[in-house]
Amino acid sequence: MSSSVDTFRELAQQDYKWGFVTDIDADRLPKGLSEETVRVISAKKQEPEFMLEWRLKAYRHWAKLEKEQAEPKWANVKFPPINYQDIIYYSAPKQKPNLKSLDELDPEILRTYEKLGIPLQEQKMLAGVAVDAVFDSVSVATTFKAKLAEKGVIFCSFSEAVQKHPELVKKYLGSVVPHTDNFFAALNAAVFTDGSFVYVPKGVRCPMELSTYFRINAAETGQFERTLIVADEGAYVSYLEGCTAPIRDENQLHAAVVELVALDNAQIKYSTVQNWYPGDKNGKGGIYNFVTKRGNCKGVNSKISWTQVETGSAITWKYPSCILQGDNSVGEFYSVALTNNYQQADTGTKMIHLGKNTSSTIVSKGISAGHGQNTYRGQVKIQKGATGARNYTQCDSLLIGDKCGAHTFPYIEVKNSTARMEHEASTSKIGEDQLFYLQQRGLKAEDAVSMIVNGFCKQVFRELPMEFAVEAQKLLSVSLEGSVG
Amino acid sequence: MSLLEIKNLHVNVAGHEILKGIDLTINAGEVHSIMGPNGSGKSTLAQVLARREAYQVTDGQILFDGKDLLEMKPEVAACEGVFLAFQYPVEIPGIGNTYFLRSALNAIRKYRGLEEMDAMDFLPMFREKLKLLEMDDKLINRSVNEGFSGGEKKRNEILQMAILEPKLAVLDETDSGLDIDALRIVASGVNSLRSKDRAMLVVTHYQRLLNYIVPDFVHVLVDGRIVRSGGPELALELEDKGYGWIEAEAKAPASV
Amino acid sequence: MTTAIQNVESYLESFTEFEKSSSGSNLPWLRRLQEDAFARFCQTGFPTTRDEDWRFTNVSAIARTAFSLAEKGKGRVSDSDLKPWRVEDAAAQLVFVDGQFRGDLSALGTLPASVSILSLKEAIAKNPSALEAHLGRHLDIQRDAFSALNTAFIEDGVFVHVARGATLDQPIHLLFVSTTAGSPRMVHPRNLLIFEKETQATVIEEYISLGGGTVFCNSATELIAGDNAHVSHYMIEREDKDAFNISTLRVQLGRSTNVASHSLLLGGGLVRNNVHPVLAGEGAECLINGLFVGNGKQHLDNYMHVEHASPHCASRQFYNGILDGHAHGVFHGRIVVHKDAQKTDAKQTNRNLLLSDDAQIDTKPQLEIYADDVKCTHGATIGQIEENALFYLRSRGIDEVSARRCLLMAFAGECLDRMKPGAARDHSERLIHEHLLTIANQLPAATPSKGKAPRNWEEVG
Repeated sequence: MSSSVDTFRELAQQDYKWGFVTDIDADRLPKGLSEETVRVISAKKQEPEFMLEWRLKAYRHWAKLEKEQAEPKWANVKFPPINYQDIIYYSAPKQKPNLKSLDELDPEILRTYEKLGIPLQEQKMLAGVAVDAVFDSVSVATTFKAKLAEKGVIFCSFSEAVQKHPELVKKYLGSVVPHTDNFFAALNAAVFTDGSFVYVPKGVRCPMELSTYFRINAAETGQFERTLIVADEGAYVSYLEGCTAPIRDENQLHAAVVELVALDNAQIKYSTVQNWYPGDKNGKGGIYNFVTKRGNCKGVNSKISWTQVETGSAITWKYPSCILQGDNSVGEFYSVALTNNYQQADTGTKMIHLGKNTSSTIVSKGISAGHGQNTYRGQVKIQKGATGARNYTQCDSLLIGDKCGAHTFPYIEVKNSTARMEHEASTSKIGEDQLFYLQQRGLKAEDAVSMIVNGFCKQVFRELPMEFAVEAQKLLSVSLEGSVG
Repeated sequence: MSLLEIKNLHVNVAGHEILKGIDLTINAGEVHSIMGPNGSGKSTLAQVLARREAYQVTDGQILFDGKDLLEMKPEVAACEGVFLAFQYPVEIPGIGNTYFLRSALNAIRKYRGLEEMDAMDFLPMFREKLKLLEMDDKLINRSVNEGFSGGEKKRNEILQMAILEPKLAVLDETDSGLDIDALRIVASGVNSLRSKDRAMLVVTHYQRLLNYIVPDFVHVLVDGRIVRSGGPELALELEDKGYGWIEAEAKAPASV
Repeated sequence: MTTAIQNVESYLESFTEFEKSSSGSNLPWLRRLQEDAFARFCQTGFPTTRDEDWRFTNVSAIARTAFSLAEKGKGRVSDSDLKPWRVEDAAAQLVFVDGQFRGDLSALGTLPASVSILSLKEAIAKNPSALEAHLGRHLDIQRDAFSALNTAFIEDGVFVHVARGATLDQPIHLLFVSTTAGSPRMVHPRNLLIFEKETQATVIEEYISLGGGTVFCNSATELIAGDNAHVSHYMIEREDKDAFNISTLRVQLGRSTNVASHSLLLGGGLVRNNVHPVLAGEGAECLINGLFVGNGKQHLDNYMHVEHASPHCASRQFYNGILDGHAHGVFHGRIVVHKDAQKTDAKQTNRNLLLSDDAQIDTKPQLEIYADDVKCTHGATIGQIEENALFYLRSRGIDEVSARRCLLMAFAGECLDRMKPGAARDHSERLIHEHLLTIANQLPAATPSKGKAPRNWEEVG
């Protein structure tokens, strides 16, 4: 065995270091899902009537789907049937309501965030990033609220938004991802407990990056958060999301929904570093990450940009998409998806061109190692009225070892002859010879590996905000496991 | 003390013995050429000198500058001053040529206890060397070997050699895939790097390259052994007669 | 497969007559090659669109026409007729009229002793042993009926041999002229180009018409490049709009070779351009570059079949298409990576400009990879002239026709940029310029985009 491979292994076999459990007192519902569960969740959150109605409609739709066919079957992933009655749908850390400042937060939770590398306090001082933290589906702290309020930016937990800004919630909730959209979106609509809400008013450029950290803590709990971001005319916002979970032997379900709305001349940049627990080396445990993310470029000249680095989860099933409704609107999707051990990922995007002169860019980088299976599934649809639409798609796969797989399923549907389409795809293998070449020029094996992987992902990393890009690079080098060459 | 001393080197690749006892001594300032038919073990020797680990040394010794080369990892050998110009240079997408070369140069400088070079000092030097190889400035921003033609890759190897300034340069089939013009440029680049402190080992199948880089010594490798050594005239003889006669001679019983 | 030869008798008649008169009759190996090929052709007949290799090109117009072999010495062509078609600075010019070599119109110049160029007919007569090892040994007559047909009718063409180490700075120009045809006529030019180790040379194969008529030109070229050889091959199609032209280039690449195939399809009615390089030696590099420009009812089909048979080889396919009127373009890029061809690096790009709503392009990548350590990429684009760019140029005072030509030239320029500087490239550049000016002139003042989407969008990408 060559030493470069050894070093690589060593480097790769670092454990999942976010896998601790926080010992806190939680208020939780018993397992199981029924109309009653939905009513209780809504009541616990003291929601207005329209919310309950909406949840119930979603629940009924979901129940019908569950009976007919359960989860959608088209994705290129395999998992045993999920028992939806065996999941806890509500688990909230017990705490005093209405925290006035972070000091009142349960110190255990604060320590958890510190372990996660999100020292809220410090970040408040230094980084200038406003953080909302969601712990087992419930938002526990939002920093920087006052500073944002000066500009009229609303950044709060979803529950708070329902209480304080019901008109905005009512107007936009479900407008991009209707409760009928798909099985998991229906489930989420019925039982979601919290999430983040952002509204940036007309002409305002949000003065700082907004960030949410999601954490699943309790066992046997599903996490169903919901995020809604609305950028009003001429507004700009950059939003970051990060996720971790403890190590548990059972698979846990995460079914989130994210909706973005960009009005005329507005821009939303949404970045994700997803690091849910991926399961152990033999594929035991890990999060099922079944997420629906969609943005609507509703106004003219609007732009929505998705950037994701997906390294965690046992199964990822996720297609951040853009509906390009406004003329001249722009959709972007930059993705790095890494699967190692027995992880499976079926991810990609949909770009639906409706408006004139709309353009979309897709850059997908799949890395497969171990027994990992990585699928890119992307759709580009140019509708009849979308004159002058453009799309550029680039889809690259990197294989590490010979037991993994990379699959590409592009779907292209064009109903307007003025469309310009470009598609590029490649599959390559990280080789012992690349490593040797770099070593022969004097570089150490571990530097050589990270150079190669980061080089491969460069186009995506440069779309991330600086601190995230650094985190993403580190995450990649520790998430890799398997043989080289 | 000689710069490189190879004694009784035996090497296996994937269970087959490829090198069957090589003895070779190279002094600083000398240019040696290894010639031989395909499959004779030329490239294996080059790879072993650069410490490729898939090549298993079963017997023998290599001393480089008095140190045991076989104990070194590839990057250590590189830092000690061994440079291999690859027969098939590897593409590294996403890594800029400048960044890569500066990292390599600094790794080597650090090893030798020298101060690292910053971008401000590095770039002018890089540009200077580009001119030597008649290479385009655009190269500065391109990824390592990505999208290069075979000829450009070979030139890029010599460019790297010019920057990393090794003590021993091993050139593995550097002429293959080059047209006449590129061959002249590469050869003049190599010749400009000849010095009394530096040795070169030029591995080639054809004599063509040796018209331009004239070696001091020529060794013929057949079936894992050096069967004949001589001056540059030996290369010409091989060109005329081909490898057949020397192979036949090598196969003949030792008593003849 | 369904046989589509409606006129099998006419081919049988032609072949029987051909065998009697042909110079191959006293060479058993050649005769056998021809008879086998003809038998294969009779077996398969012409392909139909049910055949995957011919999915986008219907050759029934060829299949149902009764073509006869051109009569010898009938074509009247004078030196002055050819003047505008010559390439300046060619190392040698060989002219073939209706398939037959015409020494009186050719100029062999003063070639170094290491280079020999003569007509295939002469080579068969004088030095057949020099041909035997290669002629018909590379072309795939099993898969391709047209190659079989060509092989059956091997008679004339060119034989080029460049000896080891020789460098030819100027191109060899082969001009194939078809003259007015009273009745449907066919020709089957056959070329054998052998470049030994460490050679450098350029060959231009050019097809033109002097006078119209129904002509079926079915050419085949075998090009063998020895170790470290650097060879450029140009195929230029400029025949009349009623010509049928099927051409096949089969390249055998040795170790560390570098071969470029450039195709310019500017004329012809129904054109099929087959390029089939086999990267047989380690470290070989192959560039497959092409430009096809069609208008009217032209049908221009490019069938690439790139075979990677050895490790560490690189191939690059770049084809640009410009289609106007009712023209139909096809790009079929097949890449086959054999099991042992590790470290293969294959790239394919097909870019197309559609200038009218009725123009059509079918582009189909086909990757068959049997090795596990390879890098293969493919890309296809279909687009229109960029109205913004056009407007920008016009707003700077450039008239519309010039602006369009300018943009078309920029698009075609990508193809020129990939040619090595020299006489062959200058020649290509001149032809493209002239041709695009005609296209730009014909364009309507404004092209409001409406109408149906191009067919087979699912093939893109």
